[in-house]
Amino acid sequence: MELAIFLIFAVLAVLSAVVVIAHRNPVFSVLSLVVTLFSLAVLFVLAGSPLLAALQVLVYTGAILVLFLFVIMLLNVGREAASPGHVVQKWVAIAGSVLLAAAVVLLYVSTHIAAHAVPLSKQFVDLVPLARELFTTDLLPFEIVGLLLLAAVVAATVLARRPSPEEESEESR
Amino acid sequence: MSFEFWATLIKMVVWLAVLLNVTPIMVWVERRGSALIQDRPGPNRVGPLGLFQALADALKFIFKEDVIPTQVDRSLYLLAPLLALIPALTTYVVIPFGPQVMLHGHSVDLVVTTADTGVLLLLALASLGVYSLVMAGYSANNKYSLLGAVRASSQMISYELALTLSVVAVLMPVHSFRLDRVVEYQHQGAWLGFLPHWNVFPQIIGFVVFLVAAFAETNRLPFDLPEAESELVAGYHVEYSSMKFALFFMGEYMSMAGLSALLVTLFLGGWSFPGIAFTGVWWWVAIKGLAILVAKMAVILGLFVWVRWTFPRFRFDQLLRLGWKLLLPLAILNLVLVAAMTLGGWL
Amino acid sequence: MTVPVSWYLILSALLFALGTIGALTRRNGITIFLSIELMLNSVNLSLVAFARTAATRYGHLQLAAAYHGKLIVFFVLAVAAAEAAVGLALFIAIYRNRRTIDVNRMNLMRW
Repeated sequence: MELAIFLIFAVLAVLSAVVVIAHRNPVFSVLSLVVTLFSLAVLFVLAGSPLLAALQVLVYTGAILVLFLFVIMLLNVGREAASPGHVVQKWVAIAGSVLLAAAVVLLYVSTHIAAHAVPLSKQFVDLVPLARELFTTDLLPFEIVGLLLLAAVVAATVLARRPSPEEESEESR
Repeated sequence: MSFEFWATLIKMVVWLAVLLNVTPIMVWVERRGSALIQDRPGPNRVGPLGLFQALADALKFIFKEDVIPTQVDRSLYLLAPLLALIPALTTYVVIPFGPQVMLHGHSVDLVVTTADTGVLLLLALASLGVYSLVMAGYSANNKYSLLGAVRASSQMISYELALTLSVVAVLMPVHSFRLDRVVEYQHQGAWLGFLPHWNVFPQIIGFVVFLVAAFAETNRLPFDLPEAESELVAGYHVEYSSMKFALFFMGEYMSMAGLSALLVTLFLGGWSFPGIAFTGVWWWVAIKGLAILVAKMAVILGLFVWVRWTFPRFRFDQLLRLGWKLLLPLAILNLVLVAAMTLGGWL
Repeated sequence: MTVPVSWYLILSALLFALGTIGALTRRNGITIFLSIELMLNSVNLSLVAFARTAATRYGHLQLAAAYHGKLIVFFVLAVAAAEAAVGLALFIAIYRNRRTIDVNRMNLMRW
């Protein structure tokens, strides 16, 4: 049962990832990324962290990708035209990435890393110890991330706003 | 198949039966309720008191010509109405409709899943509702649809924040994400000796924030600018006809029902009612719990209809200003107050 | 049958490679950004997979390692959100000035 769920969602994740990188229209890329991230959330549940799965769907697919869609629709980014040229770069990139993945997979397979897994225990999946860890041992990173998010909000607001009329006349002078 | 499997399946069927009946009943309530408020008769020809009006509407939708405009992006256009239903249909899995019962020697929790991530699961699935709007608006290749879709999705994600913060405040005294624990917390004791131990009394600010945010999440008046008939020519719905439009319609009513169920569970005591004991045969307990929950949901859905026909709608910038500058600070204030009260031992 | 953890790691490597290919071959800035997000998520998957290996041991230190793994994913999620917001704001600013998102046209710093 677990194997069936893993295979279905792993294949779904890979197929939609291919659509993300290959489709001409960026809106379809974003929607395929939604499918990929949702499949990854299911895999997170299988691997024993339902909290991260819920957070992934809530934060990543529910907010970040919606933001991507907004920007695409706001800027009216159209279909990417097929481009001539840079063929060599494309094939070098593809070959390099495939080599990298193959090297990593070879590393995992040859060292038999984590080849077996014991079924999950309640203790492992439990939310309370994780939360306790977050708010006691890892409190400093938590607060720093909060500060980072504040900085990001300020940065995004400043970068994306229209220059006010005084600034425009300032620049054109 | 094991006992667990069959029990879960039956619970899901019970909930589906409730949810699928919401739309026809709400259509009637909406039309007769609006007629009452506007001092006119409303539908009264199809069956006694116009009760079969929803059936007539459904037949109309089925027989209407299914037009697919040529300029639309077909795959997204056809997928969007289906996606409108999925979040609405999955959010009921963590809402309890009764206490634990004993059945054939097994103890069964009257909730479809007792996952530890409880309400977080519900919020995560509900946040996927934005995509059907966006896909509908974008695929139609039409200025008005796109504008409606962008407005609707920015409205939904803005009010999700206030919604989530008011939910978090409720979870603090309960020390768990699970909604069945939330209802158990509200089932015992009383405030000031006579009020039921519901969360609405100490957390009235959170209740109001959740209610307003629920109106905005479901695109109901006074926040329905993205889909108003007199504004953007029905906004992101404009290119849809017959059954596809009916699917959007159903999705909206079902998500209203889902959010009402969440509101009732978090703030108004869920399946519990002071004075009614939940002892006895397992099916009697389940029926009592479900009936009380549905009755409370009906009150809130009536409130939805009442508010719709009473208030004028918000302009879009007023809407966003309300969400970010009023509701979010109020939700944070509520959170701080509840944290203080929990630490002080009053909750 | 329990899924061996190495399968999660292999899937993560595959998604990372796909993300890299997307980031290096596409011209549209937003699609490059999406491929980078794909890479971030593949790394999240491998972190969760490595945290999963701690389920075999019940000692206090090993469980703490598992929780640390999951908390790293939590922080990565938050940082990715911040990065997406700032990156998209940058794209809006660039589009306003250059009227295009094609990264081949952003060549002011080329000699």
